[in-house]
Parts: sequence; C-alpha cells; structure tokens
Amino acid sequence: MIVETQFTLIPSLTLDVGETLKDVTVAYQTYGTLNADRMNAILIEHAFTGDAHAAGIDHEGKPGWWANMIGPGKAFDTDRYFVICSNVLGGCRGTTGPSSINPATGQPYGLKFPGITISDMVRLQKALIDALGIPKLLAVAGGSMGGMQVLEWAVAYPEAVEACLPIATTARHSAQQIAFNETGRQAIMADPDFHAGDYYYKTPPARGLSVARMVGHITYMSDESMREKFGRRLRDKKSFGYDFEVDFEVESYLRYRGSQFVGRFDANSYLYITKAMDYFDLSAGFPSLAASLERARSRFLVISFTSDWLYPSYQSQEMVNALRGRNHDVTYCELSSNYGHDAFLVDIGEQTEIVRGFLARCVREFRPLEVLR
Amino acid sequence: MKVTEVLGRTDYRLISELIPNGAKVLDLGCGDGALLEWLKVHKQVEARGVELKRELVQRAIARGVTVYQGNLEESLKDYPDKAFDYVILSQTLQETLQPLMVLQEMLRIGKHAIVAFPNFGHWRVRLSHLFSGRAPKTHLFPFDWYDSPNVHFLTVIDFEDLIRKQGWHVERRYFAAGHWAGEMAPNLFAEIAVYLFRPEP
Repeated sequence: MIVETQFTLIPSLTLDVGETLKDVTVAYQTYGTLNADRMNAILIEHAFTGDAHAAGIDHEGKPGWWANMIGPGKAFDTDRYFVICSNVLGGCRGTTGPSSINPATGQPYGLKFPGITISDMVRLQKALIDALGIPKLLAVAGGSMGGMQVLEWAVAYPEAVEACLPIATTARHSAQQIAFNETGRQAIMADPDFHAGDYYYKTPPARGLSVARMVGHITYMSDESMREKFGRRLRDKKSFGYDFEVDFEVESYLRYRGSQFVGRFDANSYLYITKAMDYFDLSAGFPSLAASLERARSRFLVISFTSDWLYPSYQSQEMVNALRGRNHDVTYCELSSNYGHDAFLVDIGEQTEIVRGFLARCVREFRPLEVLR
Repeated sequence: MKVTEVLGRTDYRLISELIPNGAKVLDLGCGDGALLEWLKVHKQVEARGVELKRELVQRAIARGVTVYQGNLEESLKDYPDKAFDYVILSQTLQETLQPLMVLQEMLRIGKHAIVAFPNFGHWRVRLSHLFSGRAPKTHLFPFDWYDSPNVHFLTVIDFEDLIRKQGWHVERRYFAAGHWAGEMAPNLFAEIAVYLFRPEP
C-alpha cells in the first residue's frame, strides 16, 4: 500500500534559543489504526538524515527507512499499533527548516534560521501528538539521533510515554562524535558554492555536502563490514590508475553515496541538525545523568550493537546504569552484529524479537494517564 | 499450576514459595527469565533480572521480563539501597569471583536475600572425591575441573558459618535432594540448599 505524507501546521513554537517560530509545518506519516481508547500509538524517531517515510512504499516505489521493522506482523506491528513518524524540525523533507520560506522576508531562511536543539524537535513532536488527539503514547522509539529524541521525550514529557526504546544512541555526544560532525560542517562551509548558506536558487554546495556524507558513511559502517563488502577490490580496472580517479571499490561506493545524498538533502539542514546533536546533553543543568532521568516514568528498552563504534555500547550502558541507579524499569541488551552503527537499520532479526516481546508487555501493563497522576 | 511443572527446578519451587504477592524482586543470573515470568504471572511481582549471556537475555526480553545484560558482580553497585524486597541468587554463588561482596551487596539493595546453592558436602560428592581421587563429577557438578564455571565449592556448613560470622539472620532454610527434603544432617544429604535471610535479626 502506498503511504502519503501528511502535513499539519503548528501556529507557533518557542525554541530553546528564545526565538519563536510562526506557522511551523510538520510532515508526518502514519501506519495502522488508532484504537478507540487511543492507547496503541507509537512515535518513531528518525535518525539524522531520515524523514517521515519510515514504513510502506511511497509514490516513487521506495520503501520507508525502517520498513523492515514497521509493518503488518513486524516488530512495530501495524496490525496492532498506530505508528507515527514525523520529519524533524530543521529538516528538509517537509518540516520547517532552513530551506523553508521565512514568512518575514519571503526568502528561504538559510543561516537566518534560528539555532535548534533536540528538545525543540521533541517539543514540535509533542504539538503534533496533541494535534492528533493522543493523550499518551504507548512507545517512542528510534536509533541514533532518533534515540536522543526518545531520551528527551522520557524527561520532557514523562507522563505522556509508556515506554521508551533508545537504540544505538547516547545521552550526550563525545568529543569524537562532535569531531566527525564538525568535519562534515567544515566540508560544507568550505565549498565555494556555499555563499554563507544563501545558495538557494543557485548551485548548491554539492561537493562539500558530498564529502560530509562520505565521512558520515564511514562512521556508520565497521572495519569488518567494509572489509566484507569492499576489501581492496578495484573498481572496473585491473591495475592502479595513479591519477586520483576511482581505483578502489570503496572509493566508488563513497562517491556514489555522497553524490546521491546531494539530491535529497539540504546542506543547511546538515549544519543545523548536526549542531543540535552536538548540543544535546540530557544531563545539562542536573548534577548527574541519573538526576536528569529522575523525572522519567517510562519503561525502557535500551539496545546497543557490538560493532557500533560511532555510538559504542559504553554510552548505552552509561544511560542504563543511570536509570538503574534511580531504580527505573530498564531492559538492556547488547546485540551482536558486524554492521557497525547501521546495525539498527539492517540487522533486524534479533531486534525484532525483543522489540516485539517488550511492546507486548507494555501493552499488558499500560498505565493510562489518570493512573500516574 | 506449580512452578516446578513449569520450570522443573526444585530451587525455583522453593523460591517461589518464599516470595509474597506483589513483591519487588531482583533475580541475579536470571537466565531466560522463566522464574521471573512465573512470578510476574502468578504473584504479580515487580520483576527485574540480570544476566550475562546474550541469547538468554534476548529470550527473557522476548517473554516480557525486564532484564539487564551485564556481569552481576559489577552491576550490583548501581542499584540504590533497599530497592528490592527480595534479591535472588540461584545456583550462581559458587560461580562468583567475590561471593562475600555479592552477598553483602544483595543485603544492601534488598530487604531479604534468597540464595540457593549446590551443596559440595553432599555424600555423593564426597564419595566421588574419595574413590576417584579426582575433582568430583556428579550430576550437580558435571564439569571437568578445567571447564567448570564453579570457582568456589561451598558446603552447607561453610555457608552457615559465614552467616553466623556476618551476623545475618536466617528466616528460613530448606534442604532438598531429589524428592527428599528435610533437616536431617543436611550437609550430608542436601544436594541443594536454599536460604532466606536478612541483614539484622
């Protein structure tokens, strides 16, 4: 079945920087049916460059980015659950972001777009959930940056979430994670076509954006998965060219992924969203991570992957231990995978099994809003 | 339904009898979560488990049990004081590297501790050792010395001794071997010993 992206307008959204955005558009998709008591809704959070198209097939015949996890009979079973996925604030896939028209000027925002945070994104999602008439979500789930939003939901709207599933994520970026993001941002801003973010209606900074994506892709894979996929194989040649053209298969792959990305993503969104990730620190303003999680009322299922070196297991364990320190209901499992950070998107066998079991239990033990109050 | 009919383990049956309805329970080395699931369904306990083996953790999660994948000896320190009514350690004490620390932590984070262990003083173990002159191999200790998970070989007397030295208070103790259960010369006849105890009298 073909899924349509829907849009809703949120009249105003106050941001952490203090500015207020007017008429914010949110792009979202839904799958399955909301039941009569409105207790089967699951919000799916996309990772950095994802969008609202999480499941099913779109008009171009493309499957959603988590189509192997969301659908009839799958981990997020759309025969049982009402699944929602929205494009994040600052994105470029339908939700208001730097490429949107600034109503004050009639021109795209570009770098005039205010700085955004993960909590701004979540505040917008809460407005969407309210607009959909859902008092409490059965679950909020997502990997990578999606997992950060899940954690933010847990502490920002504790009563509105029965269960949280942060996957392959962290409660705050390490220096290494910030370093990779900064490398991507510098590649974009060094592109001669960048023009201080004012490149709309002109040539986009495609080379810089493409390099940023190449760096990203390296961090999503693992040494082992790259060795298996490419090794040192040459691309359409028998010997080296000694000319800085593509020699190795892996070079060809990265260039392809880089150039493909340029067609679907906005460089300014790249800048804003990576900054939002780097700024994110769940423990900010609290004496400890555990103290920040004090407010949470959800059950947690935390998943990490053995070969994920971008968001290594120790970061998941840090949040799990903080949750255990406050005696929260937290389930943790480190799944075995060779796929690196990408594992949560591709290695779905065991992930499906535990998500299904965990959700079934959350349905059985669902505490309606009035019970918590 | 009796817990043994579901789980087929004497220690599980005894443990399930010791735990009251609605208690907060932590099971250390909870395996695939079978005991915790039974306690959730039949005694409405708030159940948490710790288990190291990934496959077992996955099975426990799939059956709806809250479980933390990690080393139980390292994970105990993260729980706050008196977070649980009962902390269970079933047939794992002999595998821990620091049994005394584990027991003390159990009594810090729990109001009561339940420990079940295989009794190394059982006559079959003694005979095996006496006649073979080798590390005992019985159905309770089926491993060769070089691939056994057991690093401590304690007996009922040893455990009683420790309890007395630590000043802990035994609330119930239970000795069993197959269908036999009783108090007669437990160090000789018990294959499994189950203790329910708390820090102070």
